[in-house]
Amino acid sequence: MRSAIHLASAALALAALAFGAVPSAVAADTPNPPADAKAFRDFFTQKFPKVKLEDFVNGPYSMNEDLHRQWEEKEQFPPYEFSVDMGKEMFSKPFKNGKSYADCFPNQGIGIRQNYPYFDEKEGKVITLELALNRCREVNGEPPFSYVKDEMAALTAYMAFTSRGKPFDIKIPDDPRALEAYQNGKRYFYTRRGQLNFSCATCHVQSPGERIRAEVLAPALGILNAMPIYRSEWSGMGTISRRFTTCNTQIRGVPLNPQDDEYRDLEYYLSYVSNGLPISGPGARP
Amino acid sequence: MSMIRKSGNRFSEEIMLKNKSRMIRASTLSLALALLIAGATSVLAAGSEADFKAAYAAAETANKEAGTLRNQWTVTAAALADAKKAADKGDFDQAIASSKEAEALAKASIFQATSEKTLWKELEIH
Repeated sequence: MRSAIHLASAALALAALAFGAVPSAVAADTPNPPADAKAFRDFFTQKFPKVKLEDFVNGPYSMNEDLHRQWEEKEQFPPYEFSVDMGKEMFSKPFKNGKSYADCFPNQGIGIRQNYPYFDEKEGKVITLELALNRCREVNGEPPFSYVKDEMAALTAYMAFTSRGKPFDIKIPDDPRALEAYQNGKRYFYTRRGQLNFSCATCHVQSPGERIRAEVLAPALGILNAMPIYRSEWSGMGTISRRFTTCNTQIRGVPLNPQDDEYRDLEYYLSYVSNGLPISGPGARP
Repeated sequence: MSMIRKSGNRFSEEIMLKNKSRMIRASTLSLALALLIAGATSVLAAGSEADFKAAYAAAETANKEAGTLRNQWTVTAAALADAKKAADKGDFDQAIASSKEAEALAKASIFQATSEKTLWKELEIH
């Protein structure tokens, strides 16, 4: 009888442990975007206590005084100016069917960059600004643009320019698919890939401010706020798609196709954790 | 999380420890890759076209698997291209060596993708 009682108590204790342990393990793995965003911001502000929060959007220029001076001089005659002008002209020119980009976006597409990407609950996927622009073209009978440069960079440059100073305001709706997309983006950001065994975080969390060859690495906080960018290295403008695919190539990984789900989710995650920081695009980078 | 916020030194120690474990893992990966390549290239003995085709097919299969894991490496594609180029010239020894190298690289990328399914969390900011 006594041994039966012992056995029963042991079983009860085991069951209590098991039931107690499972929810906490699950809780630890449950995505918590607001907590992530706070930890993300705290990490960078503690790592760089002298950098003002809103200055993180200036990437490498916020990390290094000499570069910051160069940047201020560069901004006198910004190299992305031609792209903004081109984007403005394209934006106002009607499609062959008489409609225009303004018809595809809220507020006629002006001052809305800070709301992209968003999670489309009908489609169950993340919609980036680049994707929305090409969909707008296609629905109006126009061929899509390349996602990486030229026309797409010009359109996004103009839209970013009209949104300058507006804080990123990325929302995660109460939809498990949105949370999953966010979590997938986070996983992509921290996953090492390519022969060099680098993740996005290897450069932009562990080493911002450090040099990789001649370049000063930008912090991940606010890294998309300045997009699209003119890069001296590219001798031209590049979009977020261009930045993601070239990062993958640089670490000797085969890039995915622009606007594949992984990149859309990555943009969603990175934009969300920079919520509250101002749009500064288009930008210029070395 | 609170540990990081409370103490910069403890945070630095944690980062150093993480970096150390990452370096060990990177070294292990490099060593495994070196051994795979060494093993692969040591089998060179007057290769035939049939040997090349078998080696190339094995490399392609491994690279396709890396593709399904969304983690192909550019160097694998380059080694496969080198193998084809050498075979076109009739240099089957070189073609087999490049194929074996491509297979080793593809297998390393599969190993990376598989282990990162859980390891990515170690880099996460908390």
